[in-house]
Amino acid sequence: MRYAEAGYNLEIDLTRGNIERVETDPDLMARHLGGLGTSVKIHYDRVPPETQAFDPENLLVFSNGLLCGTPAFSANRTLVSFISPQTHLLAYPMMGGFWASELKYAGYDKVIVRGKSPKLIYIWIHNDKVEIRDASHLKGKGAIETQEMIRAELNEPNAQVLAIGLGGENRCFTASIEQSRSSSSRGGGGAVLGDKNLKAIAVRGTKPVHLARGAEFMEHLKEVRQYIDFRNENPIPEVMPILSGIGSPQMMKHVDEQWHTEAFAWGNARTRRKGFWTKEIEESWEKSQRSAIKRFISCYNCPQQCGALINIEGVPPYMIKCFSKLTYAMAAHVDDLDFSWRICHKAFEYGLDSFSTPQILAFGIELYEAGILTDEDFKGCPTDKEGRFFWLLDRVARREGIGDVLADGTYWAARRIGNGAEAFDHNTTKKHEQMNIKLGMLDPMYFLMYATNEKISITQIEGNWPQAPFPDKEKRKSFVKNWPQLPNDRFKEYFLQWEPRGEKSNPEFPTPDMCSEIVDWMEMLHNIDDALGICAGMGSFCLKPPYHIHNYHKLVSAATGMDVGQEDLKTIVKRSRNLHRAFNNIRGMCRADEKPPEDHWKHRFPELEENLLTTYYRFKGWTDEGVPTRKLLEELDLDYVADDLEQRGILKNGQDNQEN
Amino acid sequence: MAKITKKIKTIKVDADKCNGCRTCEIVCSAHHSTPRYSTVNPAASRIHVITRRLRDIWLPVFAGEYTPAECNGRDKYVIDGKEYDECAFCRAACPSRDLFKDPDSGLPLKCDMCEGEDMPLCVEWCLNDVLIYEEREEEVDEEVLLDEMETGLEALMEKFGRDKVESTLNRMSRNG
Repeated sequence: MRYAEAGYNLEIDLTRGNIERVETDPDLMARHLGGLGTSVKIHYDRVPPETQAFDPENLLVFSNGLLCGTPAFSANRTLVSFISPQTHLLAYPMMGGFWASELKYAGYDKVIVRGKSPKLIYIWIHNDKVEIRDASHLKGKGAIETQEMIRAELNEPNAQVLAIGLGGENRCFTASIEQSRSSSSRGGGGAVLGDKNLKAIAVRGTKPVHLARGAEFMEHLKEVRQYIDFRNENPIPEVMPILSGIGSPQMMKHVDEQWHTEAFAWGNARTRRKGFWTKEIEESWEKSQRSAIKRFISCYNCPQQCGALINIEGVPPYMIKCFSKLTYAMAAHVDDLDFSWRICHKAFEYGLDSFSTPQILAFGIELYEAGILTDEDFKGCPTDKEGRFFWLLDRVARREGIGDVLADGTYWAARRIGNGAEAFDHNTTKKHEQMNIKLGMLDPMYFLMYATNEKISITQIEGNWPQAPFPDKEKRKSFVKNWPQLPNDRFKEYFLQWEPRGEKSNPEFPTPDMCSEIVDWMEMLHNIDDALGICAGMGSFCLKPPYHIHNYHKLVSAATGMDVGQEDLKTIVKRSRNLHRAFNNIRGMCRADEKPPEDHWKHRFPELEENLLTTYYRFKGWTDEGVPTRKLLEELDLDYVADDLEQRGILKNGQDNQEN
Repeated sequence: MAKITKKIKTIKVDADKCNGCRTCEIVCSAHHSTPRYSTVNPAASRIHVITRRLRDIWLPVFAGEYTPAECNGRDKYVIDGKEYDECAFCRAACPSRDLFKDPDSGLPLKCDMCEGEDMPLCVEWCLNDVLIYEEREEEVDEEVLLDEMETGLEALMEKFGRDKVESTLNRMSRNG
């Protein structure tokens, strides 16, 4: 009997049309948990460093998390891992929705796809029955309509379907995978599906997931539930409404968007519009949002409601999630929120990442305005802001004309265009579009998160630590009073001392040592969430969440019967984290790549930044090049990784982090 | 037949509040597993959220009596502009669909209001007040209620015939 996990993976070779149900080694759960951890292990073992995103050898791994399918609230993440066409590193975008648990109920932890199908197909998984089916009739269909069409033709209204749209079929580097009210967006997974001629995967499962100590699990979960109730009834008073609750981050319920619209940059991350949020805008946006939203909706087994069913005139109904509401409007400099509801439907049908794509379109417009792109490139393009964006979105999804260049993302498009376009690629880290924040002062913790995390996308690594110091000392005291999620009490001191101005402010405070501790804690929580399949909105992403380092190990122990303590859990995710790091090191990632966009903060401190990086690397047990040392790897039972790194000359024999 | 006062337990469903999370299915199936909370399988739940997301339909339905025959009707209902599927409102396990049948044995499942608990677990775990537990007293004819095993055996006899079930039971008993 396997507990929490199904114990089987599906191995599908699309080149040969072969399907195998493979029992997994139970020891893998003990060593890597599941979800991200075991996925990284598969890539490390099976994908050689010379493999590129569109090679048949690039594995596409669809994974549920260890707690998906259990009663754990918000354990619903589908994690998709692959070599990204954008970064050439191992990407692992996740989505909520309903697919992950359905896969577990069908009896599988992962679907591992390799090879390429000679024609467009989709996969139908119904418990032990698995088929590769012709999808030629779905060619060019939208990602949303494909889900509906497949459910109808299978006559399985309860099947959960993930699908790509035209963006994925055309291998746009920012193509997403869409499913229910969620999408797996960052890094271009949709393009890898498209390259493999895989249009969709439908799954229906009616098997049980077993819990080792179910009654105990439910008792722990009751405490989690009590905290959810408490937080829903008692939002954190010291912060703005959008940060005060749990969820991810309930963008659909909130209408006050002053913070996002004024603190984040518009266009291709160049313009901040302070003073944008006037009374007229507030009224207009509230009216637009209230009339567009038909119903608030959740993901599987989640008490929060971060998504919404959108129903507006002239647009087929669709579901939307969190920040997509703002990204297109802000990138296009359009002040009417109705534009968002309209363009998002099209973008979701095309299956394009709502963070990267609007920036790419705005980048194209900036190049046109700068004379780098020409009238010839924009022939037929409407001149109004809304029309231009719709036109460009079509071109990108179809890879027509200038859209073919832009479909490679800002970094690669800038290099294809040349003629000064590179200067407009000012918001990428490791060739990937970042959150479009252009702030005044360097934030040392964000510097580390942007620069070093394997998730690469900052939107996914923010955490439990407040994003800015509180000016009011009394509010700081009140905030730290009830903060059981902290790993230890000295963090409270860091927070109490942290001031918006003066000696104890950014960028010198928190000090590099403190920053290392805080960032490492947040990263560790993300890695636990991503292994368990828990939504970051209930764990690692928001302030004072229901899941944290003091209760996760109890749930894992009761679910699996493994009896892991807090430190054991930390060690397991540290092992997977360093395996992931080594995998990317082998693919060439090094210190030189670990820098946030140059104008991300107006005031930069090159020496401090170097110091931050070195301090953090040493804290993590990495060399000054950002490579895990042999000592660390051996502590984590990853001796084989140390051997690999040494044989490849990435780690010198006997090198540790203090010798550099 | 003698009259008795019976406590009628029911669950009121306010479908407009449902956000489609299906926690009710999870906790129901976990509660009814043996040992309790040892497994989760929404397909074996006694409450099911009928979901047609793009049509704005999230409709929790809890399992009623087993019926051995398919009904004649295949009605469609249009409420508030939404068209509901033919069986959406039906709470019965019947030969024409898999709903409210144990996925392994095919035996019918029926909501028992989580007898012994303060209130049905689906109600307790729903955070959005979609499910509301109600109790009222009614005078009803005294009747002998079938327990779960009898309901199952009755369903098997409907499906395979009395003789077949009896001979199977006898054979299994002999085999120890």
